[in-house]
Amino acid sequence: MTEEPNGQSDYEQMKPIWYFVGVILTVIGILVVISGVMNLINPPLEPTVLAHLHVNLWWGLIITVAGLAMWLTNRRVGS
Amino acid sequence: MEGTAPLAQTSTMIDLSLIDWLILLIFIGFIVGMGFYLKKFTRNDEDFFLAGRRNSMWVAGIAFMSANMGAMEVIGYAGNAMKYGIHCAHFYLIGAIPAMVFLGVFMMPFYYSGRIKSIPGYLKERFDEKTRVLNAFIFSIMMVLVSGISLYLLAMIMEAMLGWPWHVSVWVAAALVALYVSMAGLISAIFTEVVQFFLIWAGILILPVLGFIEISPAEVWQGLENISWGHVHLWASTGDPGLNPMQMTWMGMIFGMGMTIAFGYWTTDFLIIQRAFSARDLRSARMTPIIGTYFKMLLGLVVVSIGIITLVLMQDEGTGMRALLTNAAGEIQYDKALPIMMSRYFPAGMIGLGITAIVAMLMAGQAGNMSAFTAVWTYDIYHAVFKKDATPPQLLRMGRKATIAGLGLAVAGAYIARSMPTVIDYLQAIASMVLAPGVAIILLGMFWKRLTPDGAFWGMLIGCLASFGMFMMQQLNIVEPAFFTPVDGAGFMAANFWRGLWAWMIAGGLGILISFFTTPRSDEELRGLVWSLTERKREEGLVWYRTVGFWATVTMVLFFIINILLW
Repeated sequence: MTEEPNGQSDYEQMKPIWYFVGVILTVIGILVVISGVMNLINPPLEPTVLAHLHVNLWWGLIITVAGLAMWLTNRRVGS
Repeated sequence: MEGTAPLAQTSTMIDLSLIDWLILLIFIGFIVGMGFYLKKFTRNDEDFFLAGRRNSMWVAGIAFMSANMGAMEVIGYAGNAMKYGIHCAHFYLIGAIPAMVFLGVFMMPFYYSGRIKSIPGYLKERFDEKTRVLNAFIFSIMMVLVSGISLYLLAMIMEAMLGWPWHVSVWVAAALVALYVSMAGLISAIFTEVVQFFLIWAGILILPVLGFIEISPAEVWQGLENISWGHVHLWASTGDPGLNPMQMTWMGMIFGMGMTIAFGYWTTDFLIIQRAFSARDLRSARMTPIIGTYFKMLLGLVVVSIGIITLVLMQDEGTGMRALLTNAAGEIQYDKALPIMMSRYFPAGMIGLGITAIVAMLMAGQAGNMSAFTAVWTYDIYHAVFKKDATPPQLLRMGRKATIAGLGLAVAGAYIARSMPTVIDYLQAIASMVLAPGVAIILLGMFWKRLTPDGAFWGMLIGCLASFGMFMMQQLNIVEPAFFTPVDGAGFMAANFWRGLWAWMIAGGLGILISFFTTPRSDEELRGLVWSLTERKREEGLVWYRTVGFWATVTMVLFFIINILLW
């Protein structure tokens, strides 16, 4: 592991893993929510079993909230 | 899995919406992008092969479980639960938990040391160079073989679900994994494994919930009981192999699955233990498999639930599930349980997430195989045999080349697997051949200082050959599977466990016998490598609820409660 001139090692400049998990969960969660909203506006011609539960809407929301929480609490490099 | 028909024989094509495609492509782009980001942090061989030894117990524990959550584990065991009912839970309980706890509590202090970088590396320190090289060769062959089968399975799923040409899927998946693992090695593999771990849960956790909304847990239980009494009793039905769908007895379950195969996999398979090696200190390394036990039990609950819900729904002709799960020849395609359930419940968006979860499972498994393969190849074969004076930069370069070469071999393995449609059925058999003799020698070596290098080497070699010989006798129909078990009527799965147990006993027995006639290593050389010559450090300064012992006890209590509830 190399030391940088400012005394920080390379690893200390690496973003925490939870940051990456947060980003991808947020992006995918938002996309799932969007598809849920689109299904509400334009119901599919061949609905899935339990389509009335609109699982993409609330499960997408849960993923988005979880992702955002991880993203926002781990923005700092080296945390 | 025995009797499972190839998945691609009938089509279950799923139409993906634009958003579904977007989710999948964003995930793939994200994983490759992370490889590029992490490359600049990979400066030496320790970064590449051990992720710099800086991971917390949570990162190491999640990566440990993620490496285990390959496509075969999740898709295969959902099909397994459909076939064997509640008995599939054995793979998540007796087939995992005691071994994982044993690894964390007793074995990790021997493995986790500055001078040991792999399991063959431990064998060199404990025995000698030839034992290390033998184990490294056997392990490398197994990794390539498993990796090939895994690639074959992914391509088959993509062909059946999305209509992607098989050849394209194999090459694209291999190229993607080669790209991000060769850039940053274990750091890249672990980072992506943790990301994939969350995506896998996001994609599958909701599935049994929806299943139990459609058909209540009580109805599922009743449906299983209607199929057979053995489908709902984990242990009560193991007195006679004819009473349970797995055709197992409790003896085969405890000694074959629990003590031999599970200990072989969880305590000596470098693929998963490498994640614990990446932990920042000994306590984190010991907690790695203990954290894994909780996820393993939760995964068992999810996967077994998916399988048994599918099985019960299939009994009701009105659901149309039987037609979807049966191929033209009238064979039930158990491995389709998970994809079929996803297409049953998941609307647009969710189906993209589900497919992404399946791709994530495959990539996590592949990255695990490759990072373990490259570490063992580079340290224990290349460095030990071919270039003893290799410098750290040379080792790093070899690691990158080995990743690409390993994936090339895995692609070849996928084509071989494709030519043998039943090859997946024998994955458990491969494990019993390779891991069972290894665990006998490693455990004996850790807890009996008299075991000599010659005893270890010949015990392991002859144990593997004997296991392979027994397997071939069964394959060539020279004997029935039940020949290897002490009871009549035992099935294919039981034979796997019993062959593993025989190999374990042959390797261990020979190791002990030869040790009495050969010279052991001195106490001084074995300090820190065997139980009786290692100082046991207490976890001083830690409050009780932060100790490894406390969490290991909680795991074992939960393990017994679940087994009693499902008795």
